[in-house]
Amino acid sequence: MSNAPTPSIAAAKQEPGGALSFYGVWLLGAIALVVLPLIFSSGGSLTSFSLIGIAIIFALSYNILLGQTGLLSFGHAVQYGLGGFLAVHVMNAVASHNWPIPLPVIPLAGGIGGMAFALLVGWVMTKRAGTVFAMISLGIGELVASSSLILRSVFGGESGITTDRTSLMPMFGWTFGPQIQVYYLIAFWVMVSAIAMYALTRTPLGRICNAVRDNPERVEFIGYDPHVVRYLAYMFAGFFAGIAGGLTAINFEIANSAYLGATQSGLVLFSAFIGGTAYFFGPILGAILVTYLQLGLTSVTSVWQLYFGVIFIGIVMFAPGGIAGILMKHRPLIRAGTLGTVIPSYLVAAIPTLALALGIILTIETVARFSGGDAIKLLGIPFVATAPTTWAAAAVLVIGGFLVARITWRRVAEAWDRAATVARDRGYLA
Amino acid sequence: MTAAIQVNAVEKSFGNVQIIRDLNLSVAKGERHAIIGPNGAGKSTTFNLISGHIKPTSGEIRLNGEVTSGLRPFEINRRGLSRSFQVTNVFARMTVWENVRCAVLWATGHRYAFWKNVDTLPEVKQRTAQILDDIHLSHRRDVPAGLLTYAEQRELEIGITIAGGASVIMLDEPTAGMSHAETERAVALIRRLTEGRTLVIVEHDMSVVFGLADRISVLVYGHIIASGTPEEIRGNPKVKEAYLGEEVD
Repeated sequence: MSNAPTPSIAAAKQEPGGALSFYGVWLLGAIALVVLPLIFSSGGSLTSFSLIGIAIIFALSYNILLGQTGLLSFGHAVQYGLGGFLAVHVMNAVASHNWPIPLPVIPLAGGIGGMAFALLVGWVMTKRAGTVFAMISLGIGELVASSSLILRSVFGGESGITTDRTSLMPMFGWTFGPQIQVYYLIAFWVMVSAIAMYALTRTPLGRICNAVRDNPERVEFIGYDPHVVRYLAYMFAGFFAGIAGGLTAINFEIANSAYLGATQSGLVLFSAFIGGTAYFFGPILGAILVTYLQLGLTSVTSVWQLYFGVIFIGIVMFAPGGIAGILMKHRPLIRAGTLGTVIPSYLVAAIPTLALALGIILTIETVARFSGGDAIKLLGIPFVATAPTTWAAAAVLVIGGFLVARITWRRVAEAWDRAATVARDRGYLA
Repeated sequence: MTAAIQVNAVEKSFGNVQIIRDLNLSVAKGERHAIIGPNGAGKSTTFNLISGHIKPTSGEIRLNGEVTSGLRPFEINRRGLSRSFQVTNVFARMTVWENVRCAVLWATGHRYAFWKNVDTLPEVKQRTAQILDDIHLSHRRDVPAGLLTYAEQRELEIGITIAGGASVIMLDEPTAGMSHAETERAVALIRRLTEGRTLVIVEHDMSVVFGLADRISVLVYGHIIASGTPEEIRGNPKVKEAYLGEEVD
């Protein structure tokens, strides 16, 4: 045992200023939440920020399942939607009885709704992970979504159930009528939920969730029942999804069956995956991007879902770690100071890649508007869908862009290898 | 004195195929017991039966006197039995530190706690550091387990197995695929870490078996044909015929 390394408790590798930058990031997030609506104060951006906030909570709750515990759910909107419905019912009850409960507490009712449903169905659902769980979640999702149209007294049928958020007692003079007040209510819950969900990952349960994700079989041999771990994770995910649903109900003053459906479940999967499930902050990025795209694209193109599909396929194929994965890949290079080696190659590769993207957009829009419709405006240039020149331009952009992009991305790979080798030599990369 | 492990007349069939027949095994507390036998004799199946990975078709298994056949692996683990795997079976995306820490959590009573910060539990921290030190992986603590070398993964495997402080340790071919030097290192490690505990080991390397074990059981076609001290096994004609051949002479 002569070469045994010395005990390393004290020598535990601590990043310089680790704690400081950790709290700094959270503080920055909080400041951004407070300041953003002051800078962009138009009604449109307030609405967007509110929806993004809700999407962040929802996507983070989804990642308790997918990223942390390895459970692929196709029905996460069930807990979100049921949380929304319960919140609406509670709001209406509070208003009609004049109970002294202020609006900011209502999302908690949503959370309890989401968790209660998870408690009810979760034990059976989480017996197995993998395909079994995915299929059951899909089935439960469809079951609840279609039941919501039948059980009119609870779900209000097609039209849903409406509520009036201003009918609850005001708090500190806030009636929560104006969108800005609702935004700050949402922002408050984003901060609280994000901190709570992060804290959850740092608990014994949170760590064992990761172990279950990596290797459920082995978990059984260190004293844990993976079924219980999955069940608990499912309940926590349901709780925070319910909070997001409750906030949505407050924001729109309605809950309807669309909240529960497969589209909503698909969107949250998109958000978490595009953002990157391997890092806690990944789904936050995904939620921001997907919500922003959703709001932005719907006003520009009628086939916005198609773009979602293309982006999703692109991420799955070329960057399975999502945006967070791409960003974090660069961390060792930044530390080793070799990021400069790859940046120029990125800039070069960006040109043909953008051309390729434009070509794809032009193709999609041309096909979408072929049978009538307005001219396509791309970068300020009008294109007519039926004109051969438009087709030619699209073909040149797609084919030319693809061929050149291939070459430039090979260059990126080479530059990356050089940078990584140096980073490895300097001990920043395993 | 009750045996650490007592296997009574256990049978195991997969469909029509009987893998284990009339298995009887007794391992005393504090004993180092090796199970040897030709390929396909049912050594790993025996491990899986004792650790609860699979359930016996008939018969009874006791751990420290308590019947454990029919219990789930985590229930058996909580009663003080921990096993390693022949094929490395770690938490690949988690760091070495986290791998060992996960294995410490249940034993330190933190269970499914979601109200405690895992980084500030002093006993967990100290035990994890101690185990990492024991398996010589302290310098690799922040590396994802999936990126370790093969030998390091095998050591981590042992670390995870012993981390919970189980009184009965079962190691399934801990030195398989290791070089001679690595094997020596691993044997010294096993000897030291299982001090005062009961050890059951499946091993193909005869120098490891005879160097480490107090007693040896020979398993052939799902049946133990001989059990005894290394000397007794060495001199047993039935064993010679069935398995050891000239290798031991």
